This record gives sequence, structure tokens and C-alpha cells, in this order.
Amino acid sequence: MAKIKGAIVIDIERCKGCEVCIVSCPTGVIRLEKKVNGKGYHFAYPALPDNCTGCANCAVVCPDGVITVYRKKVEE
Amino acid sequence: MLVSPENLVYTKTPLMTDKPLSYCPGCGHGTVHRMIMEVVDEMGIQADTIGIAPVGCSVLAYEFMNIDMQQAAHGRAPALATGIKRCWPDKYVFTYQGDGDLAAIGTAETIHACNRGENIAIFFVNNGIYGMTGGQMAPTTLPGMRSSTTPYGRDVALMGNPLKITELVAMLPGTFYVSRHSVHTPLNVRKFKRAARMAFENQKLNKGVSFIEIVSNCNSGWKMSPVDANKWMEDNMFPFYPLGDIKVNGEMVSKPTKAE
Ligand SMILES: Cc1ncc(C[n+]2csc(CCOP(=O)(O)OP(=O)(O)O)c2C)c(N)n1
Ligand code: SF4
Ligand code: SF4
Ligand code: SF4
Repeated sequence: MAKIKGAIVIDIERCKGCEVCIVSCPTGVIRLEKKVNGKGYHFAYPALPDNCTGCANCAVVCPDGVITVYRKKVEE
Repeated sequence: MLVSPENLVYTKTPLMTDKPLSYCPGCGHGTVHRMIMEVVDEMGIQADTIGIAPVGCSVLAYEFMNIDMQQAAHGRAPALATGIKRCWPDKYVFTYQGDGDLAAIGTAETIHACNRGENIAIFFVNNGIYGMTGGQMAPTTLPGMRSSTTPYGRDVALMGNPLKITELVAMLPGTFYVSRHSVHTPLNVRKFKRAARMAFENQKLNKGVSFIEIVSNCNSGWKMSPVDANKWMEDNMFPFYPLGDIKVNGEMVSKPTKAE
């Protein structure tokens, strides 16, 4: 069966750790890293990347526009 | 490979520059900027669009939006936009303003540009306070809302009523499209983008002002985390500033709600 798989890439040096993407992801993919970036912000990362459907909710709502989204149909 | 150009579904538009935004984490200004630029990108009007930046946190909007922009004196963006549009009627002209800029010091410019029916778009980011200068009360501050100058909450008996300037301009004959939005959830962002598109498309019709309010958080000024600020906004700002269209194609579509 064909399945939609998504992936996100976060520009961690520009992420401000606001968590708006985290509460906007319907499948709970994103979390905040304990480490901080060069600006001192905890940054977002895809903690459960396999759950990503590529819906782009996180990227659309990110105030700093630091998320890029990919999506592909894969055969199982 | 999943992460490769042919599978790309979303990335920041090149009409946003690569400068890191000067806004606080979770501030809606960045999202509003980006959606306006996505519309300009999709319409292919980058070279024909002129924006007017305000005074306020978004004073540096011209650093972030990759189009021609001019920064106006505090509150005077609609007057400057009027001048530019009248000299150059074929350009797409918009202002970008906060509530302190548009609804306090710039009230006269706002009302008269809207009443004259200038063929421009106005994007009005209402966060209920003066963000840039430290969270002072604005005309838009809710009754009972805390700010740095109303630490016990806005006392309407002493400080007067908040101003619903969006409902006010909707009553004026010169406004063609008036709508209120937010950008705190993906659904709301997408709705705002459709409204922004309408605001630019309307300029082809030459029928007056398209006025879009975006109710947004100033989480720093409100002294909350961004996620808490968005929740507070839903619970407190939206009942007073209800989202949705107020005037479409020159016709009122919702009755203005009275200020309680
Ligand atoms: C003539 C003038 N008066 C006052 C100020 C100080 N001032 C700078 S920004 C601002 C208010 C900005 O608030 P708002 O428009 O709500 O924008 P925000 O920062 O919340 O996005 C004020 C009063 C100024 N710069 N110029
Ligand atoms: S919304 Fe953007 S800036 Fe905020 S935490 Fe997520 S990726 Fe970082
Ligand atoms: S693209 Fe959708 S599913 Fe994937 S992380 Fe973003 S919000 Fe979650
Ligand atoms: S002070 Fe408020 S309006 Fe200004 S950037 Fe910070 S959160 Fe946004």
C-alpha cells in the first residue's frame, strides 16, 4: 500500500525555541532539545521523525520560518 | 531519498530575506510578514509592490521583506501609502502597522485614508499593547488587561474604553474589504493568507481600502510564554475581537459587536 511519508529540516541556529510548532504538530513529532544553539535558545528537533506526514503545519506556523518540509509517497 | 528537492512541500519564500528576524520568540509579526510575502511571490508582483513600515517592533520590516519599502513616521503609514499610490496607481501598496501606530498616534491617518477610499491594503497587527516600548497600555488594551502602565488591569472608568478600530473603519464608505484574523495556528495562518491575497487582488479593482487586522500575541509584553500567550489570546482577545470577515466587496457581512 502507498503511504505518505514526511520529513522536516529545522535550521537550528535560527530557531528561537518558541514551541509554537510543537503544539501545532498533529502527530507529536517535534520536541525541544536540551542543548542550546549559538544564540542560547533550546531548539526544536524532530524527536519522532517516523510520525511525520509532511503536512507542513509546523512550518506554516513557525514565526521565524526556519522549518522546511518534504513529502513523498512510498510503497510499503 | 525523502529529503531532496523534488519532494519539497514547504520552505521559507525567497521574498523573505535571510536576515534573522528581530522579533521575540513566538511573536506573530514574523508569520504575518512571511504570509504577505508568500502572496506577493505567488502573484508574481515583487517588482510592483511597495510596503510601508511603521514605528513599533516591526519598524525594521524593510530588512525582512524582500521588496521596496519605505518607513513612515509614527502612525503616518496610510498617508505615505496614499502619496505613493497616487503617484504610482499601478503599484501594489500596503502598510504594515501595530495597534499603537495605527489606532493611537495614527488614528487620524487611518480613518481618513479609509474614508477617502485609498486603493491600498492595510495590515494591522493588534497585540493590545505597545510592544516595542515596553508593554504600555494602548487604545486596544482590553478592560482589566494588565500592561506596564496598567499594572492592576485597565480600569475603564479611569482609562476609557478599548477601541475597535476595525469595526469603525468598516462603517466608512471607503473600505472595500475588512476582515480580522490571527496567525497562532496553522489553520488561522492559512485563512489569513487567503485574506491577504484578497487584499492584493482588490487593488486591481480600484474600489478602496482592504483592511486586515491580525490579532496577535506580544508574549514578552504580556509576560507569558508564547504558547501560553496564544492560549490567553484565544480566551481573552478573541471574545472582544472576534475573528472573521466584517465587510466583503463593500458590503457589511457581520454586525459590529458592541464593546462590553
Ligand atoms: C512620534 C513618536 N512617538 C512615540 C514614539 C515611541 N514609540 C515607539 S514604538 C511605539 C508604540 C508601538 O506599538 P505598536 O504600534 O502597538 O507596535 P508593536 O511594537 O506592539 O508591534 C511608541 C509609542 C515614537 N517612536 N515616535
Ligand atoms: S516554531 Fe520555529 S522558532 Fe519556534 S520552536 Fe518551532 S522551529 Fe523553533
Ligand atoms: S510536517 Fe506535519 S507531521 Fe511533520 S513535523 Fe510538521 S506538523 Fe508534524
Ligand atoms: S515585544 Fe511583543 S510585539 Fe515586539 S517582538 Fe516582542 S513579542 Fe513581538
